Order: sequence, then C-alpha cells, then structure tokens
Amino acid sequence: MSQTIATPPTVRLDSDVIGKPINRTDGPAKVSGAAKYAAEFGVTGPLWYGYIVNSPVAKGKITKIHADEVLAIQGVHKVFSHENVPSFAWFDRAYKDDVAPGGSPFRPLHEPEIMFSQQPVVLVVAETFELARYAASVLRIEYDVEEHNTDLNSVIGEAFDAPRGKTGFVPPPKPKGDMNKAFAEAPHKVAGEYIHRAQHHNPMEMFATTVDWLGDGKKMKIYDKTQGAPNVQQYLAKIFGLSTDEARVISKFTGGGFGSGLRPQYQVFLAVMAALELEHSIRVVMTRSQMFSFGHRPHTLQKLRIATDEQGHIQALEHKALAETSHFENATETVVNWSGILYNSPNTNFDYQLSKIDVFTPLDMRAPGAATGNFASESAIDEMAYKAGLDPLDFRLLNYTYTDPTENKPFTSKRLDDCLHEGAARFGWDQRNPEPRSMRDGNLLVGWGVASGCWDASMQKAAAKAVLSADGHLTVSSATNDQGAGTYVIMTQMAAQTLGLPMEQVTFNLGDTEMPAAPVQGGSWTANSVGAAVQNACQEVGKKLLKLAQKMDNSPLDGVDFEDAQFVDGHIRANEDITRSVAIEDILAASGESKIEAEGKAGPNPINMLKYSMHSHNAAFVEVKVDEDLGTIHVTRVVNAVAAGRILNPKTARSQVLGGTVWGLSMALMEETYLNNDLGRYMNHNYAEYHIPVNADIHKIDVIFVEEEDDIASPIGVKGVGEIGMLGVAAAIANAVYHATGKRVRELPLTSDKLL
Amino acid sequence: MNSFTLTQATAADEAVRDNTSHDGAAYLGGGTNLVDLMKYNLERPSHLTSLGLLPLTDITTLPGGGLRLGALATNADTAWHPEVEARYPLLSQTILAGATPQLRNAATNGGNLNQRTRCYYFYDLATPCNKREPGSGCSALTGPNRVCGVLGTSESCIATQPSDMCVALAALEAVVRVQGPDGERTIKFDDYHRLPGDHPEKDNTLNPGELVVSIDLPAEGYADHFTYLKLRDRSSYAFALVSVAVGLKMNGNTIEKARFALGGVAHKPWRDQEAEKMLEGQTASPDLFRQVAAKVFAEAKGYGEGSLHNSFKIELGKRAIVRALKQATEMSQVVNPNVFLNSNP
Ligand SMILES: Cc1cc2nc3c(=O)[nH]c(=O)nc-3n(C[C@H](O)[C@H](O)[C@H](O)COP(=O)(O)OP(=O)(O)OC[C@H]3O[C@@H](n4cnc5c(N)ncnc54)[C@H](O)[C@@H]3O)c2cc1C
Ligand code: SF4
Repeated sequence: MSQTIATPPTVRLDSDVIGKPINRTDGPAKVSGAAKYAAEFGVTGPLWYGYIVNSPVAKGKITKIHADEVLAIQGVHKVFSHENVPSFAWFDRAYKDDVAPGGSPFRPLHEPEIMFSQQPVVLVVAETFELARYAASVLRIEYDVEEHNTDLNSVIGEAFDAPRGKTGFVPPPKPKGDMNKAFAEAPHKVAGEYIHRAQHHNPMEMFATTVDWLGDGKKMKIYDKTQGAPNVQQYLAKIFGLSTDEARVISKFTGGGFGSGLRPQYQVFLAVMAALELEHSIRVVMTRSQMFSFGHRPHTLQKLRIATDEQGHIQALEHKALAETSHFENATETVVNWSGILYNSPNTNFDYQLSKIDVFTPLDMRAPGAATGNFASESAIDEMAYKAGLDPLDFRLLNYTYTDPTENKPFTSKRLDDCLHEGAARFGWDQRNPEPRSMRDGNLLVGWGVASGCWDASMQKAAAKAVLSADGHLTVSSATNDQGAGTYVIMTQMAAQTLGLPMEQVTFNLGDTEMPAAPVQGGSWTANSVGAAVQNACQEVGKKLLKLAQKMDNSPLDGVDFEDAQFVDGHIRANEDITRSVAIEDILAASGESKIEAEGKAGPNPINMLKYSMHSHNAAFVEVKVDEDLGTIHVTRVVNAVAAGRILNPKTARSQVLGGTVWGLSMALMEETYLNNDLGRYMNHNYAEYHIPVNADIHKIDVIFVEEEDDIASPIGVKGVGEIGMLGVAAAIANAVYHATGKRVRELPLTSDKLL
Repeated sequence: MNSFTLTQATAADEAVRDNTSHDGAAYLGGGTNLVDLMKYNLERPSHLTSLGLLPLTDITTLPGGGLRLGALATNADTAWHPEVEARYPLLSQTILAGATPQLRNAATNGGNLNQRTRCYYFYDLATPCNKREPGSGCSALTGPNRVCGVLGTSESCIATQPSDMCVALAALEAVVRVQGPDGERTIKFDDYHRLPGDHPEKDNTLNPGELVVSIDLPAEGYADHFTYLKLRDRSSYAFALVSVAVGLKMNGNTIEKARFALGGVAHKPWRDQEAEKMLEGQTASPDLFRQVAAKVFAEAKGYGEGSLHNSFKIELGKRAIVRALKQATEMSQVVNPNVFLNSNP
C-alpha cells in the first residue's frame, strides 16, 4: 500500500537501546528538584534583581520618567530606560537572531516610542526582588498617547503578500489549472471562513535570566531560559560586542517553550545590559502577565473553497489566509500549503497575506502555521466529504496522494494511509453511523470525527562532541536544548547504541555555548539533526577505537574496516565473525590514552531536498460528547496515529504526541487571548483566565506509531515528533462536534456559547 | 507589594480593635485572595490583622437546628464536615466546585465571602476600572467581558462576585454574623453583597472594621432535592460562567418550597424571590422551569455579542436554570456535566 523509498538504515535495528521505552535520564533530577532552571542558579558574589516595567498604552511616546523618586529609595541602584540606555549597537541587524523574521527587530529600551501595549520601558535594579518590584510599582512614567489600532478586521484592506526571509517559511504553492472555473462547474462544493484569534505559548517556566558577573573583564555566565543557547549567544555578542568567551550562555533545563523561547526574549537583553553597566550579577524574571507581552500565535482569518466531481475526487482546492503581524516585523508562517500537500487537485489557488497592527510580532508556536491551516482545511475536507456523500475517512483515502502535489516530488516515505487504517481500527470507526445527530449516550450527543495532519521532516546543521575516557565512560555534548522533549535520553540512547555501551556508561550534556553548536529546539528537527551529529561523533570515536584495537598485539580485528565492524556489548566485533572481538575497556587500557574524543556534524542533504518531499503525517480520531442544551463539549476519546520515521524512544515520543494531542484539544476548545481593541491590550494575561486544559478535561488518548524506514529524510531515519501530534486534533474535534450536533463551527475555540 | 505591619490577633474583639486602630488595615484570612491582590499591587494595606489564631474555626449545631460555620473554618473543612455533607450537601458541592484542593485547604469561609471580582480590568492596573479606581471608567462595558455580569449591572460596573460557595449560601438563606467596633449584628445573606450602582468599589455592606465571625445556616438544608450546576470554560479550576444552586422541598412531583441562586451573572449571588414563588405549589415540569428561567432573565442586559462578550450568558443562564431545576427535582445525576466529568477517569 504505502510507498516507501528507503535504503537500509545506518542505525542497526537489532539494537538494545534505540526504539526502547527508556526513562528520561533527566527525570530524577527534575522530580527531585536538583534540575536547575535559569532563575535558580547561584552566582559568585551578591546578586541584584531587575524588575521590568511595561507600557500601559499601545501607542505613543514616553515624555517623562520620574526615576529620581525611586532612586531615592535605599537599595535601588538603577533605573534603566531609553534615557540612559547605553548605545550598544546602532544597527538593526545586530538584533537579528537566527530565527528572526524580516523587518526591524524590537530593540528594548531603545527609544521613547511605544509600539505595543506591555512594551518593556524600564528595568529597575535593586538589591532584592521585593524592593525592585516595589520601586517599579511606584515609578511614575508619563506618556503622550497616540491612537492605536489592534483590530485585524479593520486592516484587511491593507493586506500584503507575505514576504520571504524567515527560516522555515515556505511561500504559498503556485496556482494550478483554473480554480474559479473548476469550482463553478463542479457538482459538489464547499466554501467557508475560519477564524482563530491570538494564542500565547504559556510555558510553565517564566522567561528568566541570571547573569553571573565573574569579575574578569566582561566575562559572564548567562543562565537563560531559551530553546537555544547558541542563538541567544550570537544575539548578545552582536548587540553588546562580546566575544563568545565573554557571553557564555547556559540553559540546562527549559520548563517548556513551545516556540516562545526560539527568539531571545527581552529579559536576557535587559539582564546582560544591566550586568555590563553595573558590573554586577543580575537576575531578571518575567511575571506571568509579562509572558503575554511578546510573541504569540497570530490571529488568522482563512477562506477555503473545495469542489469534487460526482465520485468525490477533488477538482478544486483554494486556501487563503490573512494573519496579523506587527508594524516592525513580518512574522510569517506556512499556513496554506499543507492542504495542497495532503490532497491532489488539478485546480488550486493558495494565498497568504499579512496585515499590520499595533502588537508585538507574532512568534512560532507549536506546529506554527500548520496548526492554523490544518484546522481550517481538515474541517473543510470533512464538510466536503459530507457534501460528496462519502465517509470522511473514505474520502481521505480516495483523495490520497503518493507524491507531494505542491512540488511534484515523491515523499521519502508516507504511511498516512496506514495511520488512517490503523487508527480507524483502534478507534472502531466502522461502528460509526455517518448521520449527524445519530449517536447518543443518555442525553448527550456523541460525535466521531477524523482529520489528517502533516508536518515538515527537516534537518538543520548541528554538531556534537564525544569523549570516551579511560574508565570507559562516554560523555557526549551538544549545545542543543531540552524543553521537555526527551532530548537528554534519546541522545544518550543514540550514543550508547552507536558505540555499543550500556546506557549507564553514557552521559549526554546540553545547553551550554561552550559545547558544539546546535540549532534552536523547534521545528521537530532536534532528534534527527542533533541525533545524527551525535551518531557521527560517536562513529568518529569508534573509528579511532578500531585503529587502536588494530594496534594491539595479535589483534583479532586486524584488517577489519569500520564498515565491517559492529559495536555491541562494550566490544568491537567483526561482522563476519563475531568471535573476532575486543573489549573496548581492553583497547583503552592497551592504548594508554587518557581519553579519545571526536566531533561530529550533521546537516540537511541538499540533493535529497531537491528530489524529495519530506514530511511526517498523522491521523487523529476523536470522540466528543456534547450536552446540547448547555453547549458543553467533552473529548472522551482520542486515537492519534503517527507516522514519523523511526521512533527512537516510544516512551518519550508518546509523551510528545500526548502533549501535542492536549495542545490540539486546548486549541480546539479553550485557548484564546482576549484582545481589547479599545485599549490595544491583551486582557486575560494570567493562568486563571487564559484557559488551558486541566486533568479533568483529558480522557483516554491512545497513541499509535506507524513506523517508517526512511534514510533519506535523515541519516538516522528520524522525522521528529514535536509538532505532528498536535495536528489533526483540533479539526477532528470540530468535525466530531458536527457529527454530534449537525453544527459546523468555524471559529476557535469551540466554547459553549458557540453551540447555543 | 507595599511594606506593611502585621498583628496576630487571638480573639475577635482584639482583632476588631487592632483593625480599627490602624489606618488602611485589612483582615487576613487564608490570604489566597488578598495576598494575590497585594502582589498585583491592587490592594495596598499598610497593616494586616491576621485572623489565623482566632478561635472561630468550629462548625457547631445551633439551638434551632441550624448550623454555625466559623468564619475561620477552611473551605475544605467546611465542605467535608459530616454535618455539612449530610444536611447541606448543596453547600459541600458548591465549595468543592471551586478552586483546587490546595486553595480550599487555605481559604477561610470569611475570606470566601469577601473575595473580589475576577474582572480582567480590575486585575490590570493599566486599565480604567471604577471598582479599583472610582471614577476612572469601566473598561468592561465595551471590551471583552466574558467574565462579567448581565443582571443588576450598572453603567459604572458589570463585574460579578466570583464565589461558588456564596451561591449556595444565598439559596440556603444563610445569615452572616459580624462583629464591629459597636458590637455584633447579623446580615441576611441577600443583603450581604450589594449591586454596583454608583459605587462599585464597595462589594458588600460591611462597615469599616467589621469582622465576619460566622455564617449561620437555617435548619432546612434541602438534602433531598438540590443541585449545583457550574458551567465554565474548563472542567475544573475555572470560575463559573454561569452557575445555579438549587434547593427544593418536594412532595411527590409537587414543589413545596424552592430556593435558588445564580453565580457568574451579577455583582452578588443572584436570587429572584418572585421566580422562586412561581415554583412553589406547582408540579415540576420543563415548561414551568422555562417560565421561571425567562422570569429571572427578563430584565437581563448583555454587553456585546460573540464569545468575548457576555450576551450569551442570558440564554446560557436560562438553560442552566432549567437544567438545574430538573436535576434537583429528579436527583438524576447523569445529566450533570460536572459529575459526568468527575466519574470519567
Ligand atoms: C487560582 C484561584 C482559583 C480560584 N478558583 C475559585 C473558584 O473556582 N471558585 C471560588 O469560589 N473561588 C475560587 N477562588 C477564590 C477562593 O475561594 C478565595 O480566594 C478564598 O475563598 C478566599 O479566602 P481566604 O481566606 O484566603 O481570604 P483572604 O485572601 O485572606 O481574604 C479575602 C478578603 O476577605 C477579607 N476577609 C478575610 N477574612 C475575613 C473576615 N473574617 N471578616 C471580614 N473580612 C475578611 C480580607 O480582608 C480580604 O479582603 C480561587 C482562588 C484562586 C487563587
Ligand atoms: S466591570 Fe467593574 S470591575 Fe470590571 S472594569 Fe468595569 S468597573 Fe472594573
């Protein structure tokens, strides 16, 4: 059934550790509190605290800051603002981080102009946190208020085509055929408009930076909450003219990011600026409401039109989106392409535009763009199936494509069909009565819905270092990040597997710019990019070991090439005759070396990228129970079937998909930041009123992995599971609600009022 | 947070004296609301009279058969008290529908009565809010106001009293006993919280320095026919969009006595005594419930359309009344969305 193009994997499948549900190596540290987060590190010497003051207005200009009043308070050391901020970097581009979109990045405290509500305008530095917060609370700041506009609906007329320039952004596919004609002539058609407003990432850990001022020139240890220490380092280095030695950025643990930590946030700028100016250790931690003062998933308006022939083959597909961006940057997401990748239509039209409002620049949030586009297109596909008189599952299989229609390339692997089949079997889809409002549980309406999803399987440049010490312990490091994804354990597995060592003999370290560079953790690319670099580094150590083994007297491995050797159970063996074997500890002892080390690298394969389309897929099946009188919706059952290449660790991968499923549910039923357009301000900026699910909202979630062998998408066969699990879920819920109630709701979140 | 002084009072009269002898003093119960508000810099007491050591934690039977809930008894101890569970299950249910176990362990009954609104603007110093800053305006009138009320509102404030517990106390016709500089007095629960009118800064009818010492429940607890229906944006740990507490006395299918109150819709737990009378002596029926619901919301006023604005609460509120009355008459829990959730692992 499925088409797979794959060469044999380089990671042996007869493995002890790869593909096994091994516990997180960082788990004990996390549950015992030993794991330290950015705001928890101690420093050498006394620590001062910075507290950020944010603008109450959305647009205008600061006219006066009564700093003297708070400087009079004993223990308050400095009030930083545009009035006294040192002129570090003049040029915009110095503020561009690795994943900055096009435009002119926000420069904290750079000028008196206010561009968005909650813009940071002052940093108060004092001897204690309480004092800094108090001083901030009594600081008087005067503003000249100007008229703002935060209403996307009012600037639809000013929309412009989204410019290129941001990492990962793929412009809309080129149109095909004649969309309007095909749509007009088709016997079955649907058209709909879809909306969701802004959503904020809301990781549990607040953004925080502790700068340890080492008292040696400008040398600092900068403990930062981020999804990528190297990205923060280069940002700081450029702005403040620091060497990599001076700005060492450390991020060992990240209490959730979901995209919010892809770009350096303003607290790190403020903390480092203050440390440099005051030559003192500083800590700056955001408050929960400040967590709503920067990037977010953008408010997006979408329009879809789909039409089929009599049999239900898609003949016309149009997907258009308009998203908000700030006045200073063009945040772009890949929103409309995904429907074109999932379904082949001879006539297509895709369009993606932006309009500017007075907010901070939107920022990638879990499955950026795809989550938005997928909700709309998979809702429309469901509607289309009903119009064409087909079961929504059959409709998806009927319109299945083995090549990526947007690029006319084969997929490196695509087992979405198996996801649909296996998911349907597990869910019991064949028991479904397709008629809306036909299924009940007592007085509740029951609905079953399905949706497919698709995400990029991409690689980024990454590096790692492996050091095997004389006692046989292997330490591998890379400046990557673990925001909870399981990076620590899967990289340990990867290293243990490559050199055939037991897990206990391997340590993986991350999150320090003194380690080999790695990309920000995002885009579902860490497992394959860093994993391949780790494998490569360990293989290089393996090669050195083999050479050393061959130098031993009467070496049984004499004449064996690296390709013909295996690393198993702490031994190097010849593939042809495994009795020709040398223990690694013996090699180390005989060599007299104190350690053996090597660096490894990995990156995208440009030739494969030209030839193939690389994607992970999933199919989400959902049961909802709806109390129609009260509009309450409960998701009682989810089956999420995922095809994402090789699964390195089914336990952590399952957790990723569970988390993704909960995000999908959250997006479908709860998440929304309330923007008050009169004030130009997000209003529910706390955990009490920005709703995300609690345990009682989450019922049975079943995760299925449909494994794919795919050595083209990545040298280790991995596609990544960080985002894919979230896709399909929101649309499947909306589709299930339709099946339950006969109502199509095209606006998220599906709060009870929308069903009344 | 401002700096403040703190006294640990050990007796009610001592607490009142301490409180009235300091300018800008506040009582500190469990602190789950007050301390939050101090951190937000919304409340700036210069002195706290801590009530933690007051001997007001008991729950005792009153001569007439009623029950006295000490003001310093925690919400958790109250909800799980055998007398409350057996005779006032409605009260237990409402308390347990609120907040989280940790919060209920810390929160006191007196504090629960006096918790302040959850209106977004009240919580955000950058925005105009008459309740926080009299005369500054009400941002909720036109802005997102999903948390705000539709009954008894005024042009100066449309906030709601957020407590679940208080909705049951209104339906149960509790009496609040308070002690002030001039001695003790009692306040009927209906008169305890007030409507915003021109003075939304005042949530209740307590005089300066008055301390809640107990909440007294009448003997009737409606243990045979009651329900608390709480509709909210997630299954737990969210304030009510609309909630209904009902206590009925039934004779067969005839409603002999009816008391009910609504949460999430007004500046106080909303009771409508005329609507209650419409039920009494009548046979329970969906039609009757709909008429009652229509009566309650006859003069409701919504503030804007769409899910960010609260007009939907009028329809949702009516439906919630119909459902809650049905649940209380039938005592059939299958139809209760809260129970549905809790019984699903
Ligand atoms: C995250 C969160 C979620 C919540 N969710 C819910 C919910 O779903 N439903 C719900 O009903 N509640 C909810 N609450 C509110 C909670 O019930 C209240 O915070 C709590 O009941 C307040 O009691 P306390 O003793 O801590 O009061 P405190 O914070 O100590 O005091 C609150 C106010 O009462 C005054 N006060 C205290 N005791 C007395 C007294 N004896 N006499 C006079 N004045 C007094 C104080 O001066 C203060 O003004 C939630 C709270 C939080 C923080
Ligand atoms: S409704 Fe009341 S609490 Fe809310 S903004 Fe208006 S005045 Fe303030």
